[in-house]
Amino acid sequence: MPQRYYPVIGMEVHAQLQTASKMFCGCSADYWEAPPNTHVCPVCLGMPGVLPVINAHAVEQTVRTGLALNCRIARFSVFARKNYHYPDLPKGYQISQYELPLCRDGWLTIVGDDGQPKRIGIRRAHLEEDTGKSLHVDGHSLIDLNRAGVPLLEIVTEADMASAEEAYRYLVKLRTILRTLGVNSGDMEKGAMRCEVNLSLRTAEQAARGEYGVKVEIKNLNSFKAVRDSIAYEIARQTAVLEAGGRVEQVTMGWDENRRRTVLQRTKESSEDYRYFPEPDLPPLELSPEWIQRVAATLPELPDARAARFTADYGLTPRDAGILTAERAVADWFEQAVQAYGGPPREVANWITGPLFAILRGRAEARGEGDEEDQAERTEGGDIASLPIGPADLAALIKLVDAGVVNRNTGKRVLEEMVATGRPAAAIVEAQGLAQVSDESGLAQVVDAVLAANPGEVAKYRAGKTSVLGWFMGQVMRETRGKANPDVVRRLLSQRLDG
Amino acid sequence: MHLSTADVEHIAHLARLALTPEEVEQYRRQLSAILDYFETLKQVDTSAVPPTATVLPLRTVMRQDAVRPGLSTEDALANAPDREDGYFRVPAVFGED
Repeated sequence: MPQRYYPVIGMEVHAQLQTASKMFCGCSADYWEAPPNTHVCPVCLGMPGVLPVINAHAVEQTVRTGLALNCRIARFSVFARKNYHYPDLPKGYQISQYELPLCRDGWLTIVGDDGQPKRIGIRRAHLEEDTGKSLHVDGHSLIDLNRAGVPLLEIVTEADMASAEEAYRYLVKLRTILRTLGVNSGDMEKGAMRCEVNLSLRTAEQAARGEYGVKVEIKNLNSFKAVRDSIAYEIARQTAVLEAGGRVEQVTMGWDENRRRTVLQRTKESSEDYRYFPEPDLPPLELSPEWIQRVAATLPELPDARAARFTADYGLTPRDAGILTAERAVADWFEQAVQAYGGPPREVANWITGPLFAILRGRAEARGEGDEEDQAERTEGGDIASLPIGPADLAALIKLVDAGVVNRNTGKRVLEEMVATGRPAAAIVEAQGLAQVSDESGLAQVVDAVLAANPGEVAKYRAGKTSVLGWFMGQVMRETRGKANPDVVRRLLSQRLDG
Repeated sequence: MHLSTADVEHIAHLARLALTPEEVEQYRRQLSAILDYFETLKQVDTSAVPPTATVLPLRTVMRQDAVRPGLSTEDALANAPDREDGYFRVPAVFGED
């Protein structure tokens, strides 16, 4: 029997904090699409003799995030210099945190591969500054320092994830929390959220002895999909190496999106030596328990708490509650629709996670965002706010179905039309003559005609093959263009077939 | 504390300093002497002294998150040896660690 290898995965996420100014100076942090080197000053250009001063809002956002991730918040933390040379790092060092970060020992919960809640440990979350941007052109590089000094929160997990899917779900959950807190845009394509993966494989025997395999880092991951795909690729690559009797090298790999494979970036021999030391220009941060308490009091309802409330107050299944709270926009939309509807919230949940999400997937595909499986940049329904209809419009449609004006299947068609045109449900039903036909005598004629035209099927039914009833239902629906009241049709069919 | 020539060459590389063999030997002796002095300092009993990251009495110096004007692009690039379209222009770095 071939040996089985178990992935051990950890992740580092860099999230730009949404401040007005940079981490250590008053330059605007809004560098996106600004002309090069227009948001710079002597501090972020690394000129001699300047002094950095800590942005209070960035510290508060870091503490908010730490609290939301169940971290211990350090009463005393210290900034440190991480020394290395690169043209986009004007000082020759990055101000970061090393031994005494602001947040440590936290966790967040994902759905594990076994379907059960699983805690992913957060080893630390610390504050640092972003670098500038390099543009590589023929034979030289162009440097824009607008981004240099933008506040960056680095969040490091324990190696608690066991598959590409778990890593993906961690990232989605983290992004939802960051967005709910309003500390980060979650936009990976714009680089506002960046991710590095470390991954090793081990056998069950190694795991039992508490040993790990050789760790490989994966960088250059610019999308949620790249994270998932690169991990799957590396697991397959390393498994093949081990199965062939080889050894995995301790290296840094980059993800090549075009070739859809990882490529060697750096070997261990050339790994960096950062020579961290405490930043002499910045006094340590001392946060009082009262201040931390005040920050804690400003935390919004977080996704897990909201999901728990959806289960308790609205009677949703944990699964539906999880789906509906994965994106704040979806959860808000759902709650507004529940209010407007007034009926059972589960009904609203079913309409959103079923027909509405199907429509959103279709729209995403039409925009060329890949097939359903690949539609990984967004969590399900994440673009719900872009719909031309609002929660109250969905509620009105469900009421029409409840009242028997249209049947459920027609209702789905009406919803598609609503999204396509932005018109309300009642107007579409009216204009297209979609109202459900419940008139018994009219439907009886159709039922009789269908039975008369299919004596063979009638005989099968009477011989005991009662599943033919569904086929007859379908025929009647076709004849009435889907408008027949299914309850009435079913009753009429039974009367005639069983009578 | 005896530093090797290789130690000094490694440190020089990290600091991106190009040293002549004579300089390497000179710094090797000087840095070794400095480390020797730390050996002397290590004799002090510090078991009752908590480690510190700073000698300043200051704590928690922060500023409000407000945007202030910085430098013009012209001033920012004034000392740059080379520039192009508002960027600093530097030798190619792609492919290097």
